[in-house]
Amino acid sequence: MKKSVIYGAATLACMSAVAATAGTLDDVKARGKLNCGVTTGVVGFSAPNAEGVWEGFDVDVCRAVAAAVLGDSTAVEFVPTTPKTRFTALSAGEIDMLSRVTTWTLSRDADLKFTFVGVNYYDGQGFMVPQELGVSSAKELDGATVCIQTGTTTELNLADFFRSNNISYEPVPIETVAEAQQQYIAGSCDVFTTDASQLASTRATFENPSDHVILGDIISKEPLGPTVRHGDDEWADVVRWSYNALVAAEELGVTSANIGTLAESGSDNPEINRLLGKEGSMGEMLGLDADWAVRIISAVGNYGESFERNLGSQSAIGLARGLNALWTEGGLQYSPPVR
Amino acid sequence: MSTELAFVRTEQIPPSPPPSSAIGPKKWIKDNLFSSIPNTILTIVTIWLIYTVLMVVVPWMANGVWNTSSLTECREVLQGKTGACFSVLSERWNQILYGFKYPVDSYWRPNTALILLAFAAAPVMFFDLPRKMLIFTAIYPFLAYWLIWGGTILGPLVALLGFVAGGFAFMRLSFKSFAAGFFGAIIAAFAVWIIGGGLIPETASENSLLAAVPSRDLGGFMLNLMLGVTCVSLSLPLGIALALGRQSNMPLIKGISVVFIEFVRGVPLITLLFVASVMLAYFFPPDSTVDLFLRVVIMITMFSAAYIAEVIRGGLAALPKGQYEAADSLGLDYPQAMRLIILPQALKISIPGIVNVAVGLFKDTTLVSVISMFDLVGMIRGPILASTEWNGVYWELLGFAAFLFFVVCYGISQYSQWLERRLATDHR
Repeated sequence: MKKSVIYGAATLACMSAVAATAGTLDDVKARGKLNCGVTTGVVGFSAPNAEGVWEGFDVDVCRAVAAAVLGDSTAVEFVPTTPKTRFTALSAGEIDMLSRVTTWTLSRDADLKFTFVGVNYYDGQGFMVPQELGVSSAKELDGATVCIQTGTTTELNLADFFRSNNISYEPVPIETVAEAQQQYIAGSCDVFTTDASQLASTRATFENPSDHVILGDIISKEPLGPTVRHGDDEWADVVRWSYNALVAAEELGVTSANIGTLAESGSDNPEINRLLGKEGSMGEMLGLDADWAVRIISAVGNYGESFERNLGSQSAIGLARGLNALWTEGGLQYSPPVR
Repeated sequence: MSTELAFVRTEQIPPSPPPSSAIGPKKWIKDNLFSSIPNTILTIVTIWLIYTVLMVVVPWMANGVWNTSSLTECREVLQGKTGACFSVLSERWNQILYGFKYPVDSYWRPNTALILLAFAAAPVMFFDLPRKMLIFTAIYPFLAYWLIWGGTILGPLVALLGFVAGGFAFMRLSFKSFAAGFFGAIIAAFAVWIIGGGLIPETASENSLLAAVPSRDLGGFMLNLMLGVTCVSLSLPLGIALALGRQSNMPLIKGISVVFIEFVRGVPLITLLFVASVMLAYFFPPDSTVDLFLRVVIMITMFSAAYIAEVIRGGLAALPKGQYEAADSLGLDYPQAMRLIILPQALKISIPGIVNVAVGLFKDTTLVSVISMFDLVGMIRGPILASTEWNGVYWELLGFAAFLFFVVCYGISQYSQWLERRLATDHR
């Protein structure tokens, strides 16, 4: 009830805000900085390092958009948001885009009036339990206490899953992943449930990771992606294609290592030439210049490079690509053709 | 007859020392720790509890690791022994104290502001010091603003000039009537601010002496201290005004005060903070929002002012009616009676309550972490625990935060006790 009132107010104000500011792209160019909403800290996706520089998989999407629009991947004002403040920040115009492990759902799309421009990470909700519990399937968790982040889709999925399997549970509501970790380690809850990527990164930090198992059950689809407001399709296109450029670059084998020579001398492959602005006028169509994709790839690399650096084998988390492999390798990452 | 006595002592026996059971530590232990069976049981249980806690804490502290670069390395060094991973403090201390975006080469600026705060607060807190020092106290807020936020010095200067003009107008006009002085002062101050604000060139901040730091870049314990100091010092006068307003005979002023106090006291602080961070954004056009720090300061100040007003109203109510009548019989007008007779006594009675609110307020500043400001707790819960190196370090970080807060809150409490002793004029 309370939520729907807030969302209603958010929607109304959002519509008026959109009416007031016509072109986000022009606003960003005039400001010279991209206001990008991120988390207050999720391992691998967004967190400031010891020097205070934001790093992570979601952060790279912000940097890609900034590189494309402003020509400088550091011209980003990162606005930290919590699960509860993220949507109001976006609809109130405080941020230009939200890149913050946000699940694409129908109601967020249609009711909250947001446009999800793509899916940069296909996740699913899983369960982690201590090994000693001897549980092998989530269906055996009858009567368990479950640590769950409030205000997220995981909360709703959990209720659905337990209800449809006709088993009971006791939720332990928590605010952040860090808090959940502590509660789980201290034994306040038997089960910790959240997106599988976060379970993996959480488990990696435990003193004895092998004492905990991530169950095989994935109970939800969690397509996480960058989001913009409804009503500004030009801006949505820019963000969408900045992200698609990352995936297309990996499909075409363009990396941050070979981008210099490819941008210099072109390639035999017309698709690469179109992406890098050697042929056609793709950049102009987006309201950008011809080198937009070159700047993106030089700044953050292609999708695969960003994944490996932040989440994959080169990071402490060591996630496998899984569903996030390219479609040619059995995954779901697929960029519409750049033409 | 007397000669038949074998022995008569002519001098006194030297006093012998009391038996060992009635003196020294032995007696103290017997009287205080083992005086009865229940006391003995309690003593033994307490000693056992302290021993258990120390057996965990002491090795943990003593084995602490200070110079690794991640939690994993800490665990390698410790080889399974219990031990703290204090390396997180030695690597991230600057983020804990200043937030992660405050420019490192400018740390001296908040440090200087903190040292100067001691000089500015001294004449207010210890009134035996020369009154001339209050001049620096008046300048301090503007100086501290300039030091911490940087940018052009013209901004704080104009703000200061506005107050000076207001004060000057008040002194000139208040001879006629208080109202003329009050409104004259407000008009004068706003005139200076508007004209002065217009005269500052748009680009003044760009090549100023101190680089400008936006509010969003403030963080860490510095943010807690700034919020605490600003809000306490603003809410005290506001609280006094509200308490007096609530006792006023003028229905409008009384009504406004009552509604304000009851409304603000009836709403949780966290709700006010959400309003400040989320809802207020809707009332402003996207590019002209009021600074988030200012919004939060306004909300916390309102909140604590309502509480302080009620504490002071308690002090006012505790004064015998004779004090008010005595002031009237001397022919003092309202401001004089309040300033000279009523408030000094009422405030003295209210000191414990006011300090209680101040300590609570200071700790409540950590609530700003839920509206994604990176204060001390927000910094720990968010960025530091979300970094791949330090994900999973809790006791060390939160223990350090608790230590910082304890030092400040204990200091405030000690000061208030000194103040109570210093102001004690009764002979209870």
